[in-house]
Formats: sequence, structure tokens, C-alpha cells
Amino acid sequence: MNLHGIWAIYRFEMARFGRTIWTSLAVPVITTSLYFIVFGSAIGSQMREVSGVPYGAFIVPGLMLLAIFSESILNASLGIYMPKFTGTIYEILSAPLSPIETVMGYVGAATTKSLLIGLIIFATAHLFVDLPVAHPFLMLLYLVLVAAAFCLFGFAIGILANGFEQLQVVPLLIVTPMTFLGGAFYSVQILPEPWRTITLFNPVVYLINGFRWTFFGQSDVGVGISLGVSFAFLCACLAFVTIIFRTGWRLKA
Amino acid sequence: MTDSILRLSGISKHYRDGPTALHAVDLDIRRGEIFALLGPNGAGKTTLISIVCGIVTPSSGTILVDGHDALVDYKAARRRIGLVPQELATDAFETVLATVSFSRRLFGRAADPAYVERLLRDLSLWEKRSAKIKDLSGGMKRRVLIAKALAHEPELLFLDEPSAGVDVALRRDMWTLVRSLRERGVTIILTTHYIEEAEEMADRVGVIAKGRLLLVEDKVALMQKLGKRELDLTLVEPLDAVPAELAEWSPTLVHDGHVLRYVFNATDERTGIPGFLRRVGDLGIHFKDLETAKSSLEDIFVDLVERER
Repeated sequence: MNLHGIWAIYRFEMARFGRTIWTSLAVPVITTSLYFIVFGSAIGSQMREVSGVPYGAFIVPGLMLLAIFSESILNASLGIYMPKFTGTIYEILSAPLSPIETVMGYVGAATTKSLLIGLIIFATAHLFVDLPVAHPFLMLLYLVLVAAAFCLFGFAIGILANGFEQLQVVPLLIVTPMTFLGGAFYSVQILPEPWRTITLFNPVVYLINGFRWTFFGQSDVGVGISLGVSFAFLCACLAFVTIIFRTGWRLKA
Repeated sequence: MTDSILRLSGISKHYRDGPTALHAVDLDIRRGEIFALLGPNGAGKTTLISIVCGIVTPSSGTILVDGHDALVDYKAARRRIGLVPQELATDAFETVLATVSFSRRLFGRAADPAYVERLLRDLSLWEKRSAKIKDLSGGMKRRVLIAKALAHEPELLFLDEPSAGVDVALRRDMWTLVRSLRERGVTIILTTHYIEEAEEMADRVGVIAKGRLLLVEDKVALMQKLGKRELDLTLVEPLDAVPAELAEWSPTLVHDGHVLRYVFNATDERTGIPGFLRRVGDLGIHFKDLETAKSSLEDIFVDLVERER
């Protein structure tokens, strides 16, 4: 295994993150604070509790995942798209790196960034609400799993994209709406039929509820199904990226 | 048997709904030589290099780099290769030292600050090691690309159009560098359409046009074999037309009839010069000067490529 090569890509990507560290960290912190002010304080004061959990705390897992989804896709897609755009991809393609090693470097760095942002939001949330975590180890594990899956997804988008605007299409037009409609700010149980049943076809529901379970020990759907959906998504993204590297589609002429 | 560091067999590249970029190219590169691949724009030079380096997937054929199959045992093959691309593709916000160190690790080599420092000094980049690439001139960026390609100590270096867009001084520096690399045992393949570059540096020359490798020859032998010589007679009185009595030698009139030119093959046992001069004298054509010139690699190249058209 080319460990030096993986480490080189990882360090390069983390250095890129380091150059914009203040904006990278300030944006999610400010956005999360705004969500807390609007949803937690303004609307939350009218709702009190959801499934026995104070509303301000209830929305924290959803808020964390909302940021993780968008940051993971953005970081990972930019990580591989920029070399394509500047032409420096030649060096990556001509290096003695297997597809999995290349992915480990790029996706590993993007996952690290997403985790940092997720944990900063978690810390920020403590400034606004009392936030117990029922299963802290599983919470971290789940966070890694979801971040890695969405970074792989973002990496695939970065390879397929033909322009900067295409990098934005999936996160803005698909992932964010699915997150908002996936129970980030409410319990699926409060939806009337047929919307409740329709919502269950949204895979994000399972990701958010699985993560919420690690905080409060309860969720709208079974934890096993949530974990299964998360793993399936991770495996699907991994398979897709592997196929891209094997065939060279959108990477090699 | 010649010690081959790169062996290409039947390398083809067909683009879907597009032209065939390469037609079953066979090529052997000897260890330690400087090989110049000449060809006009769009001939397939960069495609061929990109295939060897793993950037473009061939449609068919095999590539052996120092005995390692570049498609199957690609890691071993690629560790031996360095590539200086034609385009100035760089990470604008990285420093020179960081980007060269990155390239070394990317190719699986542990950090070696002493080697990297020596490399940067050799390329006159050491003073600029902390500068961001975006602040460098085009020539300096070209040097950075060379440093990146050499950072992992490759045995085989590809220089794709190394002189494109560089000034005369840098071109000379680069030639000196290439020679010093060869002395260290690095095999160099350069693509160029500057014939002067190939004539100056190459041991062997390959000519490619429309995706076909037209010939591969030792440079000196090529110039002897395909080279023509010209005998120019500067006439006392200009001629309007070539006299019919000289048709046997097919001379031409140049410079408004002031020069009578006879082209002959230098390697022929009989050049035809004595007979030609005798006949010129018999016809009462007086000349005040006589000179001969041999054709350059450029003439040979143009001739070959024209024939392919």
C-alpha cells in the first residue's frame, strides 16, 4: 500500500482546509446559531417537547447532519474537482496509487473536516440547550459513518461534474430539501397520512433518526433499519466510485 | 540484446465517435538514451505519453516499463516514471517546497529534505522555495513542474514540449539539465516540434504523424541516410529557365535565377557533381561562387510528414 501517497493527499487537502479555516468553521457555527435562535427559541418556545425531548435539543442531531451532509459533499467534491479544473489531476492519475488509496486520501481528509465541523456544531449547541447523549461512542461512530458516506457521495459528484455550478446542484436541489423533509426539525410521527408513509421513502429519515437515537435513545424508526440504510448508502457510494476509477469514466480519456 | 527501459507493442487509441489517435505503435526505448519524438500538432505525441503514464487508457496493446506491465503492475511501472506536462498545471496557492515534497510522497517515497533541496538548487528554485506558485513567472513554473517530476527520482522522464513558451535562456538551461540527468542514468523521452531541440539533444529520433510512428532512427544515421546535400552555383548572369540539357540532374533556379541548385544524395556512390559541372561549363554558363549545404533534421522531418499527407 502506498501510505506515503495517501498521506500526501490527506495533508494536501487538510492544508487547503487550513487556508480557509476561519470561514470553514465560522459559517457552520453562525448558521447553527441562527437555527437555534429561530427554531429553538422562537418556534421551540411554542412547542416545548417532541417525543418527550425538549424541542431545542430535539433538533440538534438534525442540525448536525444538515451541516455534515452539505459540508461533506462540498469538501469532497471540491477536493477532486479542483485538480480536474486546474489540470493537476495528471499527477494523481500518473501516481502509483490504487483507486482505493486515492479515495482514502481525499475522502479521509473530507471526512475529517466534516467531523470537525459536526463536533463544533455539537459544542455550539451546548451554549443554547442542555444536551445529554445517551450513547456517546455510537454517536461518534454514526457521525463517522454518515460523514464518510456523504464524502464518498460528494467525491463521486466532483468526478462527474463538468462545472462549478454542477457541484451545487445535488446538495442544494436534492440533499437539503430531503433533509428538511426528512425530519430534521420535526418528528415523522406528527405528520398526517399519507405524508407520513411517503416520508418513510426518504432515506434521510433513517439517517437522522438513527443519529437521533444515539442522543436520546429513541427514534421514529428502528435503529437497525437506520444503520442498514446508512451502510447501504456508504457501500453504494464506494461501489460507484470504484467503478469510476476502474473504468476511468470522466477521469481518463 | 539492447537494454530496454520502455517497450510499447501495438499501442492503439480509438476515441468513440472520434478519430483514431494512435495506430498500433511499437517502440523500444533504450536505457539511458535521450529520445526525441517529433511530430506536428495533433500527431499523437501527447496521447502516446499519456498512455504510458496512465492518464489515458489505450484501446489495445501492451506497455512494459523496466519489465513491468504498465496496465497490470501499474504501481511498479509508474514509480519509475516522471512526467513534465505541456500545460503549466500547478496548485497556485502551494509553495514551491510544499508542492515538490508533495510529489515525492505521492509517488511513494519517504520525505528526503536533502534530496529535495539539491533538486531545487539544481533548478535554481531554492531561493523561491517559500514563494507561492501563483507568484512565479511562466519559466519558473516550468522549472517547478520539472522539479515535481524529478522529486521521486524516476528512471524514465517524459518531457512533453519542454520548450513551449519558454525563453531562449531557459531553453538552454533545460538542455543542460537534460544532459546532466542523462549522465545520472535517467532515460529521457521528449516530445517537441522544435526540430532544433531534437537535433541538439537527442540520441535517437522518432517521427510520428497522424498517429503512426513513421520511423525510429539514430539521429546521426538518420541525417546521413535521409539527408540530402545541395550544390548552389551563384551565376554571373541570371537564367530565365533551366536549360533542357541539364534535365538529367533536375536542377532548380532560385533567387530569381541567380542561383542554380542541384540536390544530390550524399550517401550515393556517384553524386553526379563532376558530370553536372562539366555540362554547365559546356553550356557556357559561368558561375562566380559554389557552395554545398547539407539538409537539416527539419528538412528530413518536413519531407517525411509531407509524404504522409
